[in-house]
Parts: sequence; C-alpha cells; structure tokens
Amino acid sequence: MKHLLSTAGLAREDAITILDTAAQMATTQSREIKKLPTLRGRTVVNLFFEDSTRTRISFETAAKRLSADVINFSAKGSSVSKGESLKDTALTLQAMGADAVVCRHQASGAPHLLAHAGWLDSAVVNAGDGTHQHPTQALLDAYTMRRHLAGPPGSGPDDAAALGADLAGRRVAIVGDVLHSRVARSNVHLLHTLGAEVTLVAPPTLLPVGVESWPCEVSYHLDESLREGAPDAIMMLRVQRERMSGAGAGAFFPNPLEYTRKYGLDGRRLALLPEHAIVMHPGPMNRGLEISAEAADSPRAVIVEQVANGVAVRMAVLYLLLSGRDAPGAPDPSEGSVLA
Amino acid sequence: MSTTYLLRGVAPLGGDPADLLLRDGLIAEIGAAGSIDPAGRPGEDAATVVDGAGLVALPGLVDLHTHLREPGREDAETVRSGTRAAAAGGFTAVHAMANTTPVADTAGVVEQVWRLGRDAGWADVHPVGAVSVGLGGERLAELGAMADSAARVRVFSDDGRCVADPILMRRALEYVKAFDGVVAQHAQEPRLTEGAQMNEGVVSAEIGLTGWPAVAEEAIIARDVLLAEHVGSRLHVCHLSTARSVDIVRWAKSRGVDVTAEVTPHHLVLTDELARGYDPTFKVNPPLRTQADVDAVRDGLADGTIDIVATDHAPHTREDKDCEWPAAAFGMTGLETALSVVQATMVDTGRLTWSDVARVMSSAPARIARTDAGERPQGRPLEVGEPANVVLVDPAATRVVDGAAQVTASGNTPFRGRELPGRVVATFLRGAATVLDGVPVERPEGGVA
Amino acid sequence: MNPGAAVPSTPNVPGPSGRPETVVLGDADVARALTRIAHEIVERNKGAADVVLLGIPTRGVPLARRLAQRLASVVGSDHQALVGELDVTMYRDDLRRNPTRPVGATHLPPSGIDDKVVVLVDDVLFSGRTIRAALDAISDLGRPRAVQLAVLVDRGHRELPIRPDYVGKNLPTSAEERVSVRLAELDGTGDSVTIRGGGPR
Repeated sequence: MKHLLSTAGLAREDAITILDTAAQMATTQSREIKKLPTLRGRTVVNLFFEDSTRTRISFETAAKRLSADVINFSAKGSSVSKGESLKDTALTLQAMGADAVVCRHQASGAPHLLAHAGWLDSAVVNAGDGTHQHPTQALLDAYTMRRHLAGPPGSGPDDAAALGADLAGRRVAIVGDVLHSRVARSNVHLLHTLGAEVTLVAPPTLLPVGVESWPCEVSYHLDESLREGAPDAIMMLRVQRERMSGAGAGAFFPNPLEYTRKYGLDGRRLALLPEHAIVMHPGPMNRGLEISAEAADSPRAVIVEQVANGVAVRMAVLYLLLSGRDAPGAPDPSEGSVLA
Repeated sequence: MSTTYLLRGVAPLGGDPADLLLRDGLIAEIGAAGSIDPAGRPGEDAATVVDGAGLVALPGLVDLHTHLREPGREDAETVRSGTRAAAAGGFTAVHAMANTTPVADTAGVVEQVWRLGRDAGWADVHPVGAVSVGLGGERLAELGAMADSAARVRVFSDDGRCVADPILMRRALEYVKAFDGVVAQHAQEPRLTEGAQMNEGVVSAEIGLTGWPAVAEEAIIARDVLLAEHVGSRLHVCHLSTARSVDIVRWAKSRGVDVTAEVTPHHLVLTDELARGYDPTFKVNPPLRTQADVDAVRDGLADGTIDIVATDHAPHTREDKDCEWPAAAFGMTGLETALSVVQATMVDTGRLTWSDVARVMSSAPARIARTDAGERPQGRPLEVGEPANVVLVDPAATRVVDGAAQVTASGNTPFRGRELPGRVVATFLRGAATVLDGVPVERPEGGVA
Repeated sequence: MNPGAAVPSTPNVPGPSGRPETVVLGDADVARALTRIAHEIVERNKGAADVVLLGIPTRGVPLARRLAQRLASVVGSDHQALVGELDVTMYRDDLRRNPTRPVGATHLPPSGIDDKVVVLVDDVLFSGRTIRAALDAISDLGRPRAVQLAVLVDRGHRELPIRPDYVGKNLPTSAEERVSVRLAELDGTGDSVTIRGGGPR
C-alpha cells in the first residue's frame, strides 16, 4: 500500500489490517503517555484546499501521536489563492521532503493526481476529494461499527471480538445526500468489502445516475427501510444548505421541512430501529434537519466516539503507509508482512 | 510557377493503381499505372515523380470543425501551426471555429483569420462565424456581413456554447437561408450540464465527477431538427456523441429534414472509462461516452445517418491540462490522428471503403460548408480538370502516437502511446506539396496568394 | 549448571524449508532451560513477589507464560497475574527499512508494572535492538523498580550495550546463520531451536 486514495479496490485483508492496527493504536490512546516514537523524523503535510478543521485536527493529532513532524498547508489562504497550480504546490512539498501528504481538495481526483502525476514521491492520503472519496472516514465508520456489532447483539462495544472480524451479514442504512457525498461512496465500497449489506436511502434527486452499479440496495423510503430492513447501524449524511435553494443546479427537494419529514432521523424513527442498532453521523450535524437532537444525543448515538476512533484509524493509516517504505524489494511473505 | 508532380502507381480511392499528373494546380492527367511519362511534352517542365506504390490517393481532406485558437490563444495554436498540423494529417482545408479572442462575430475578425490562412499556405482556412454576439447567446451577430466579407462565411456556430435560446436558434436558422448558410449547433442544454465534467453514468457516479447527461445533447438535437423542419432551414449537428442522438438524426432524415451530422474521431473509439485515471487529456466536450454510444456512432457513420467526420481539433497548453480534472480545459487535438482513427475503426473493420472515407472526410464536409464551389473549391473528386488537392496515405504503415512529436503546437492528444494504422505520406494543395515523405514542406508554394 | 553446555550431537535433518538444519535444543532441553531460568529469577530477586514477566511477541509470549507457570509453582500464586505481553513494533528503529510489520497487542499484568521487577522475555537475543525498543516501550507504560532480561538463546552479535540476565543457551553463530525457535503453542510441533545456513559448521 503506497497511497490511500479510495476504498474501492481496498482488499478485505488490507482493510482488516488497517482496522486491527487502529485497534492497537486505540489502546495506546488510553495511556498516560499517548505519544509513540514510531514516525520520529518523518514529515506529514496536511494539504488542505478546502476548510475542514475537524478532519485536519484529526490527522494532525494522529501524526503527532506518532511523533511525526506536521506541517499544515492551508492552501485556501496560501499561494493557491494567488493562482499557484496543484503541480507547483506538489513540487514544493517534494522539495521540502514530505514523507506523507494528506490532501483535502474540492476537486474529485486531485489526490489521485498528486499520487500518480509524478510530481511527488510521498505517500498520499485522500482526506476527502470533491464528491469522490473520503476513505479514512469510511474506515473509522467501519471501525466503530465493528466495535459495536462484532459481539452478540446488544452486548455493546467488544474490542476482543472485533479484532480480526469483518462485518459479514451486518445491515447498514446510509441516509441522505448520497449524490454529493464522498462519505457514502467510500462507505458503500468498504462496507461491501467487509461483508455488510448496505442500503442507501435518499430522495431520487439525491442519488447519482449510475448508482445501480454500486454494490448496495437503494430505497426512497426511510420508514420502510427501518421497519423492514432492521439495520444494525444507521448513518445520517449531512445535507448541505446550498442543495435546498433553487440557485445553481436547482433545489433537490422542496424545503427543509419536507426533507426532515421524509428523511430525518427523529425519536419516532429511532424507536423503529432494533434495540442494538447504533446511530452514526460523519459530522458536522445539522440538528433538526437530517437528525433531531433526541436522536443525536441518544445513548445509541456513537457520533462522538466516531471522532475519537478517527484519530486511531488515521494513526493506523499513517503507520502502515510510512513504515516499510524503504524496504528493499518485495516483502517476503514468509516474514509475515501484511501489506504489500 | 508550381512544380509538376507525377503520382505514379497510386490507388485512387483504394482502387486500381493509376498515374496522376498534377500540373498548374490541377489534376492534369490520369492514366494507367506507368503510362504517363514524367518528361512531359516538349516545352513542359519535367514532373517530379512520387512513387505511389501501395499508397491510397484521396481528395484533400476537409475539416469542418477546427479550433485554430488565433487570435487570442496563440500559445496553444496559431493559424500557421494549426494548418501545418492539418496538412500533416492530410487536410487541404479547415473550418476555423469562432470561439477565439476576440470572437469571430464580425466581418473584421473573420477576414483576419481568413487572411492568416492565406499567408500560411498549408491549408485553406474558412472561418466559421459566431451565431451570437460574443457567443453570448442573446443577440444575432452580423451574419450577413460575415457572409458578404472576403471570407465568404457560410457556416455559423457558437461552438463551445450551445445556441440554447429556442427563439434565437429559430431566427439564426431562418436568417442564414438568405445566403445558403448553415447553423452548426453545439448541442448542449446548459441547465442540464451546469458544472458538468464527464459523461453521466456508471463511471461518473463512482469517481465523483459531475455528470454531463446524454439527454442534454439529445434534447437540443430533437428541438433543432423540429425547428429546422418547421422553418425549412439547413441544420448541421456538431460532434454528436450518443446513441439516441444518432436515432434522432436518423428519424429526422427519414422525415426529409435538411440536417447533417458529424462525429469526431475520438467519439468513434474512446469511452468514459478513460476518466477513471483523472487524466484531463480525456476531458472533452461533448464528453467521451459509453461503448454502446461508440458502437452507435460507428453504425450511424456506416449507414450515412452521420454525414461526416470532423476533428474538433482543440489544442490546449500544458498548463490548461496539467491540473485537477475540474480545473482543466475541455478538448483534445485531432488533425493528425483523424484519418488513422477512421481507418482503424471504419476501414480496417470493413464498415467503410476508401471511397466512403473520401465522402465523409472531404466531399460531404465541403458540400455542407459550400466550400465545394467558388474560387478555391475543396472536396472535389479526383478527376481531370479538378483542383489538385490530393492526399496520399500508406494504409499498411503503423505508428505509435507521440504528442510531443506532433506538428500541432499542443500536446493534448488522447491517443498518446497508442499504435494507430496509416500514415499520410504526401499532401498536395492545388498542386503544391504541403507534405512530402510524411513531413510538412517548409514555405509551401501556395503561401503567396 | 553451565549454560554453554555442549551441543547435543543431533545429526543434520531437513528443516521445513528443505535446507539442512542442526537441532540445537529439543523439547526436554527447552523445558530444562526454562525451569533453570525460573529458579534463577527467584534466586536473584529473593522470591518472586514483585516480579512480572513481559513476553515480547511473537515467541517471547508463550515463553513468558511458561516461565510464569514455573514461578507460580515456586511462589504459590496465580500465574496469570504474573505475566503480560509487550509489543515493541511502534518503538523499533528499523520500520522504514523493513517490510511493514503488523502491530501487536500489549497487555500488562493486572498489577501493572510500576515499582515491579519487570523481566522481559524473548526467544533469541541478537543485535539487542528489539530489547532497546522494549525498554523504550516500558518507560512509556510505567516506572518499574528494575528491568531484567531473559532469553532462550543468546546468539551474540550485539549492536547495543545490552546483556541478558538469564540465558537458556549461549549459541555462538555466524551472522549469516539463521536461528529458528519453534514452540508447541504457536508452531504445532514440539519445541526446538535449530540453526541453518552460513555454510557447513
């Protein structure tokens, strides 16, 4: 694994290695001394072309907990606004000796370009690109689900049962703006790879043409999906305010009230879920729109835990990308190497 | 005084080998292979002999859809570099699209482009006039003035933009009837394609680029053929790219609508799967579609629903392509690969004969643009007395495309690294060699008008 | 007892890789060595009251468990309470140059390690770098009163000033030779220590 750009094509065993490594990272984070010397002397650049304080802080924390040097390159307020191209930015980072570049970009495919255009030798981690992918978000979601769903139903988080496990047979509903969601795309592929059965629930206007080729089910009706699908986990997607106005590409639904009525998770719908089901949201939430305060603050919500798990998952990804980078030749399988 | 050329043993339209004598800008003589004496009659200059064994002779190719970028973007292409690339690709005439800076929406700009073409000398340049002022889609440009100018514009297009306003389209279709013009529509419903980056479908859904739905093209073509029927005008559909666009044009022709249609070489072979690598070389408008669409446009070209192949040669500087996909410019070069792609997809597959190629790449485009008559007619048959616009092709040759090695000033060819059949060995513009031995002739004789 | 006792005169046998290997220790030898080490630990620390054992994955972990069982029988306590495992992967100094290693688990004994005598347990002591990493890991986890080192085999070639406190067997080797430890818990065979490669011995 040289880069992490997408969950599509991530093999099951690699995904499980990342999750298992994240579990080990998580145990170190309950210690008094949280910092590990693992990536001492390595430089991780957070290259953010789009504001996302949460994601940047999560990656920054992960890198610092592994003793890497972190450089935050907020391209919005930097030379890019003066018209510097992605190529020149990449060449600059190359010259500065970045070992890993964590890239958030409003253009789908920008991290792919950084990884493959030949401008940069660093490992590239996609921290969210346009409406394409956000692989570490999907990994932290899968990690959270695995903790809660690996044991017998209703048994709560079970780290021992989770280790090495996948999500075979678990049912996950992903609800909301799938069309514009990199979180949904990343999750559909990863959860499918891990054996989960995914149902996307959205108004038809917020589903992409071509969704029929995705490895999941599609529903237009949330109530029906909750009653009949009995999901083990429900993930509410953020609805961007600009999707509601008639400007640009036009409104995707009549108004927020109707959206909430048909696709919002409230107390009544929460009661339709199985006892053991968990409620997830990638954040930041629009309380009262896609999720009510009652649902967001309920004991079944693991939304805050998702944030904590994000650090462990990103530590695992940085570790797995940056260790073994200078190893001579192909890894010898008899040595027990886990990632090629 | 131009050189006299004897093309010995070439196969006109892929038929039996023959000798063609090009003298004084005309095809002076056609005879059986080996029958014409290069020494000529007393008092005539001896002819330069071009050994044509194994070469197919076609009438000089005519491109109805070329972006020469001058004036405005001379860093991407100039009239000189673009026409030189055209000659290298076997073309003797190109129709230069109007989306320059300034826009070719007045007699002054079209005459400037026309004169630059005359000075360049590698191929005739026929400016296309803008339909609307500044391509703005609001007010008609001075179509009549452009028609009456020295450039004698007959093709009008806002290419790059669609004439979306139905009343403006109707007026344009009607207005150009006065001088036998044609409106060449870039069919793209603007509201359905806001922010569009690539074909909308399975690939766009997965890789997260905003979709350009096929229906945005088809809806405009359907509207326009109905409008053209209603007002009894001539309509040309630029670069159609979808299976249903072919169906609509086929239906319109069956009703007798005076519509013609073109397909680009890239839409004959490339699909949206190429977008998966986010390489903006494959970003083009209309976008690369699916394999089903590729199959349908080939069928349409084979059965005559699609009249012509036009390159939509769209050179771009490296900085306009060396960037994130959404930030990159639309377009790909095509002049130097068009004939090879047509050979690979249509001739070598048995769908078209070389005679058909002469039709779809020479006579039909010239006929649509009305450049088949007048002072310097193009797209004429290979017959004695016709202008000596001839291209010699070696269909047995193959080559690997190298963007940097091409004649065009820009390197954005989508065929980079691909092996293509066929090679243009020589191009003659009114008897003057613009390409010999596969290389453009410097300072072609036609350069001084 | 002399830890450097003569090598049992076992002839060369084909190992799992097909290359000839020499068996240096067998089942009984390993058991004897561990029993001896257990006694030495008790002797050195005047009992085993404050002793905890930390096995270094992979093969240090079962060795530490076996030592804990022996200690428990000596001092009469629950062996589970005496033993833990210490993964040192994230403290290694060669992560960049070697193929990616999976990160293992660290479990401390219930009593923790503060003010304890921690005995690190590993199968083979070679360069000393793993033990260096283990010492760093321990210092992040707590503050033991003392740290000691027990290894089944010391094959020499130290690159750091590290010396074992308890050795099952000193085994002079050349750097090219490869020492393999197989343990019943992990390898589904009997216990053995074998040596191969590096030309005829």
